[in-house]
Amino acid sequence: MDKNDVEKIAQLARLEINENDIPEYATNLTNILALVEQMNSVDTDNVIPMAHPTDAVQRLRDDVVTATNQREHFQEIAPQVEDGLYLVPQVIE
Amino acid sequence: MHTKTIAQLAANLKAGEFSSVELTQHYINRIKNFDQGLNSYITVVEERAIAQATEADKIIATGNAQPLTGIPFAQKDIFCTDGVKTTCGSKMLDNFISPYDATVIESFNNAGAVMLGKTNMDEFAMGSSNETSFYGTVKNPWNTEYVPGGSSGGAAASVAARLAPASTGTDTGGSIRQPAALCNLTGLKPSYGRVSRFGMIAFASSLDQAGTFTQTAEDAALMLNVMAGLDEKDSTSIDEPVPDYSANLNQDVKGLKVGLPKEYFADGLDVDVAKRIDDAIEEYKKLGAEFVEISLPNTHLSVPVYYIVAPAECSSNLSRFDGVRFGHRCENPQDLEDLYKRSRGEGFGPEVKRRILVGAYALSSGYYDAYYLKAQKIRRLIANDFTEAFKKVDVIMSPTTPTPAFKIGEKNDDPISMYYSDIYTIAVNLAGLPGMSVPCGFVNNMPVGLQVIAPYFAESKLLNVAHQYQQVTDWHQRMPEAYK
Repeated sequence: MDKNDVEKIAQLARLEINENDIPEYATNLTNILALVEQMNSVDTDNVIPMAHPTDAVQRLRDDVVTATNQREHFQEIAPQVEDGLYLVPQVIE
Repeated sequence: MHTKTIAQLAANLKAGEFSSVELTQHYINRIKNFDQGLNSYITVVEERAIAQATEADKIIATGNAQPLTGIPFAQKDIFCTDGVKTTCGSKMLDNFISPYDATVIESFNNAGAVMLGKTNMDEFAMGSSNETSFYGTVKNPWNTEYVPGGSSGGAAASVAARLAPASTGTDTGGSIRQPAALCNLTGLKPSYGRVSRFGMIAFASSLDQAGTFTQTAEDAALMLNVMAGLDEKDSTSIDEPVPDYSANLNQDVKGLKVGLPKEYFADGLDVDVAKRIDDAIEEYKKLGAEFVEISLPNTHLSVPVYYIVAPAECSSNLSRFDGVRFGHRCENPQDLEDLYKRSRGEGFGPEVKRRILVGAYALSSGYYDAYYLKAQKIRRLIANDFTEAFKKVDVIMSPTTPTPAFKIGEKNDDPISMYYSDIYTIAVNLAGLPGMSVPCGFVNNMPVGLQVIAPYFAESKLLNVAHQYQQVTDWHQRMPEAYK
């Protein structure tokens, strides 16, 4: 992992990383990837991936209204709202 | 009052020896006296607690008290609490007043319990020492130069110093059992899906599980009775009958078959910790338990698998923190991308960023099969090891951690060495099994924990096995001198 790799991944994660911290993250990530390298020693050709510990399947419920609209309540903690909408910097010119 | 267990306090409240208001005020006073030196709470809600206690006293007076009515608890700051700051140990949520209750919190409220406050934790539960919290390191009450463990370090320290009779925690890779061991507490991580995750801020959704820190197994049973059960709001919670977890505590353990996984007693285990575990095994033999060596051959892969699965799920879960709807937003964003990147860059600490980066890499185009899918396949092999073992034994025992608590700052420069402090607890999360840590002695005045692991939904068995040991030993009753 070098500087370019860290910058590329940080961009994918929309995460700002300080320039000065990049070398340390590059070393950390290299070490972690070396650690997980051990997984390659195992033959997993016929193994089914485990998504849920008890292999439970998604429960379905009846399509009925269960929650009430609490938009104002939830927007009380929003950084910026107007007329019930969340405000962000202009996206379309 | 503060040396008593939940079971004893409940009996005292019922008998009118003191009121819930008096009890709650006593704990609030202790927090004021002692917590500056420990940093175990992020938020203390004195007025709210006294109001809840006043309500509880009214219920007790009518004779309709439930087992937890009027008992004060500390709640980990990962559980959303309506109208109360809920930070998850992060700057990202420093301004977050939750607009709703987690199901766990609702359950405690319905049971008439009192909330003292919200406990400190590693940021977004990512850490094993409580050093990654935005609100500062928590100190171990047994020696304040040492870590309390993590991620539920505040939850553990608060109960160890008796600044709460008991607390809740969450366990993704050992975050209940490891701090319980390091702080001399009884820590219970139930089976995956046993307790609702709704309103519990997600770290790794296929591993996270809520549980308890108590002085005794008897108290853990009382809490699990309230917490366990199906929740329509959590699609991964399991529709499995909830037994009375207090019912089987007194069964004797004569003839209990216990497996000792040889991989958990190999290199890396501190020799003095090993001696304390041997002592505990001798106690169980006196009670009539039978021990056999077993093998969990894929144990060495659990740390690598965990450090793909957990970061991958974390990077996905934490994408919701984007500075738009709640949480930290950067000043004067230039455009939407700048808003996302700087809000996240400023809001998250170094360990959280590290895991987001690992996870984003493991899930990125072209790498999914090599990392996440491979890890999920090996995860099944690790789970199969336990399934095979439980064909031969009723429970598995091991040390909870390879060493007692380490010093604050000791492992800060080396994330991977920190990751290995959870080597005996991680596989249990990967398999989704219930596990406990039970106090079993001291090394240089620092506590040691015995881990007990049971098959899916056998929490009653776990609690029974721990309770029987606590009838013939008094390790769990020891508390640090400075807080008596």
